[in-house]
Amino acid sequence: MAYFRSHVLVSVDPVCVEKGAYKLIDALQDELVKQGLVDEVQVLETSRIGDPETQGIDLMVYPEAVHYTNLSLDDVPFLVEEHFLKGRVAERYIREVEKFADEELSAPQAKEVRIVLKNIGEIDPLNIEEYIARDGYLALGKVLTEMSPEETIKEVLDSGLRGRGGAGFPTGLKWRFIRNAEGDEKFMICNADEGDPGAFANRRVLEGDPHSVIEGMIIGAYAAGSNKGYIYCRAEYPIAVRTMKTAIEQARNFGLLGDDILGSGFSFDLEVRMGAGAFVCGEETALMASIEGQRGEPRPRPPFPAQKGLWEEPSNINNVETYANIPQIILKGAEWFAGLGYKKSTGTKTFSMAGDVINTGLIEVPFGITLREIIYDVGGGIKEGKKFKAVQTGGPMGGCLPEAYLDLPMDYEALAESGSILGSGGLVVMDEDTCMVDIARFFMEFTQDESCGKCTPCRVGTRRILEILTSICEGKGKPEDIDILRNLCDQINENSLCGLGKGAPNPVKSTLEHFLDEYEAHIYEKRCPSKVCKSLIRFEIIDGVCTGCTLCARNCPVDAITGERRQTHVIDPDICIKCGICEQICPYDAIEIK
Amino acid sequence: MSIEVKEGRDIRKFVRDLVREHGDEKAELIPILHEVNRALGYISDEAIIELSERMHIPSSHIYSVATFYRMLSTEAHGRHVIQFCESAPCHVAGGRQVWQKLQNELGIKKGETSDDDKWTLLTTSCLGLCGVGPVMVIDSDIYGNVTPDQVPGILANYE
Repeated sequence: MAYFRSHVLVSVDPVCVEKGAYKLIDALQDELVKQGLVDEVQVLETSRIGDPETQGIDLMVYPEAVHYTNLSLDDVPFLVEEHFLKGRVAERYIREVEKFADEELSAPQAKEVRIVLKNIGEIDPLNIEEYIARDGYLALGKVLTEMSPEETIKEVLDSGLRGRGGAGFPTGLKWRFIRNAEGDEKFMICNADEGDPGAFANRRVLEGDPHSVIEGMIIGAYAAGSNKGYIYCRAEYPIAVRTMKTAIEQARNFGLLGDDILGSGFSFDLEVRMGAGAFVCGEETALMASIEGQRGEPRPRPPFPAQKGLWEEPSNINNVETYANIPQIILKGAEWFAGLGYKKSTGTKTFSMAGDVINTGLIEVPFGITLREIIYDVGGGIKEGKKFKAVQTGGPMGGCLPEAYLDLPMDYEALAESGSILGSGGLVVMDEDTCMVDIARFFMEFTQDESCGKCTPCRVGTRRILEILTSICEGKGKPEDIDILRNLCDQINENSLCGLGKGAPNPVKSTLEHFLDEYEAHIYEKRCPSKVCKSLIRFEIIDGVCTGCTLCARNCPVDAITGERRQTHVIDPDICIKCGICEQICPYDAIEIK
Repeated sequence: MSIEVKEGRDIRKFVRDLVREHGDEKAELIPILHEVNRALGYISDEAIIELSERMHIPSSHIYSVATFYRMLSTEAHGRHVIQFCESAPCHVAGGRQVWQKLQNELGIKKGETSDDDKWTLLTTSCLGLCGVGPVMVIDSDIYGNVTPDQVPGILANYE
C-alpha cells in the first residue's frame, strides 16, 4: 500500500457532479502531476460536504482537516501550490466556512449527534481500509467471536432500536422472528428504495459510508440465521448502486462476506438489486415482488415477510438507516444507545429538511427534539422573514402540522397521535404564502400517480379525492365536498392493502382538520386566501403606482395588457392566463394579486 | 446515453447474450430489461418475444413488468430523452415555469416524442437532488438550478 502525506476528499454526490466535481478532480490530478506532488497527495471521492447552494465544489484536506469551499477549476493551480507545495492554508477559499462555523452552525452542531452520519464526508467510501481505520468491522468481529446470535438479538432489543423506515417496529424483535421461523433459506433485505420526494438521508449513507450498512446487515444475518442478503436500491440513485457494488466486492476480498467469515464458520453473501422506478416498491411486500422479477405490487399481510417473504421464505427487511445504527450499538452497548432519545424512541433520527426554511439539508438529532428547535435553531427559521404556516413530516403520506404542534417532541408515538407520521424523516416547511388546499391536491396527485392499481380503495379513491380537490382549487367546490372528502379519507385508510393507500389520505385529512377555514374560503367565498389557486385570483394594475413603462405589456405572452406609454396600463381579465410574468417583472410593484 | 440501433436478428442475438450472461432465473428479468432499455432506448416487441423464449416466461408477464416501472419503456424514444423532476421540492423551487418553457420550446407534452424523433419529454420521480432544484436530466447529463431562460441554451447543446 502506498503512503501519502495528504488526502484530498472531493465531494462527488450528484449535486457536485452536476457542478463539475469530476472535472475538478481531473484538474487537481493534472496540477499535482505538473507540480510533482502526485506521489505525495492522494485525491479521493466522497459524498457531499458543504453547501449545495453554492456554485462551486467543496473539498476537505486531511490530516489538517481544512475545508475549502466553493472552488472553481481556475482556483486549482493556486490551491495546489499554496497548500501542497508551500504548505500554507489557502485562506481565501475558507472564508465562508469560518463565518458559517462561528455564527450559524454553532447551534445545530450543539444539537446534532451523529451515529448514522458519523463517517459521512470523513472517509473515502470506496476504500474499505478507511472504514476499518475508524473502527469499521470491529463490531462484526466482536459479534462473531464473543456473542451468540441470541445475545446479539438481546443487545439490539435492549438498545430499543426501532425501524427507521417509518413503521418503528423493534428491530431486535424482527430478527428474533426470523431466527425462530422455519424455512429452507432465510433472507436479509435492505430497503434502499428511498422514494419520498425530498428525502435523501439514505442516499448519503449509501454513497458516503456503504460499509456501515454492509456491516449492519452481516451482524443482522448472523443474529437471524441468514446466509443470503439483498440490497434493493432505487434506480434513480446510480452513484449509490455503484458505490454499494464496489463496497461489497471489497468486503468479499477482505473475507468479510462469503464463506466462513473471519474464520467463524458463519457464511453470508450480499447482492445489489436495482429498482426500475416505482414508488410503491418501498413497501416491503412490493419490494420483494420486484426482487423476484415481478411487477412491484404489494400483497396482503399476513403472512408477514418474517414467515413468508422473498420466494416464500422467512425474510427480514430493514431500512438503510436501521442497519447503519447496528455496528455502533454493538460497539458502544445497548445502554449507551438507549440513553439517547425520548421515551420509547431511542437513539437518533436523520431528517431531510426542505421547503421555505433558510438552511435546507440533512441533520441527525436525538429523538425528542421539537419541531421548533429543528426549524428555527437548526434550520435558521423561515426564508425572507415570512411567517411559518405548516410543516409536513414523513413524506407524501405524512400530515401537515400547524404552528400549535411546533413544540411536539419528535418521536414515533407523538407524531402518530398528531395525525402525521415520522416516515423517512422528510420535513417540508411551508410559509404563509402556501395554499393548503393546493398542497393537499399536489400530494394527492403524487399518490394517485404512484398507486400501483392493485386494490380499489387506493386506485379509485385517490383519483376521486384528486378530482374533488382540483374542483375546489378551480372554484367549483360544493359545500358537501368536505364531508365527501372526510368519508373518502376514512374509507381509503381503512380498506387499502398497503401503507401507500393507508397513508395517502393523511395530507388531506390533516389539512381538513387544521386548515378547514382555507377549504371553506375556496368553497363558499370562491377565494384563495394565500392567492395561489389561479382560478380564484386576478391580476390588477394599481392606478398611480404604474408608471406606464410598458414593460409588462411587452412581456405578456397573450397580449392581455394594454395602455399608452406613461399612462396606467390595464389587464383584460378575459384574456389573462394568470401566468404571473407581469407581477414578477414589474419594477414598481404596481401589479396586485386579488 | 448512446442508443444502438439494432434490428431483427441483432436484437435477438443481443437478448440471447444477455440471458446467457445473467442466467434465465425470473429474478434476472428486471436487470435484463434494464440493459435492453439502455441499449435500445426501449424494450421492443421483438426483445420481449426473444426474452420470453429464452427465459421461459410468458410474454404477457414480461410486458406487464416492462409497463409497470417508470424507467422502462415499451415505446421507442427520440434520440435524446429529457427527464424532468416533478417532485414537490423542485415544484416549489420554480419547476412549474421551467416545465412550461420546456413544453413550449419543444412543442411536445409529457410522454411525447417530437416529429423529427429528436426529443422525448418525460417526467421522473425524485432524484434526491432537492438542494439544486429544479432538476432535469438529458440523456445522462444532470442540470440543476434550471431557470426558464436557460432552457433554449441547454437544448442547443444536443444535435
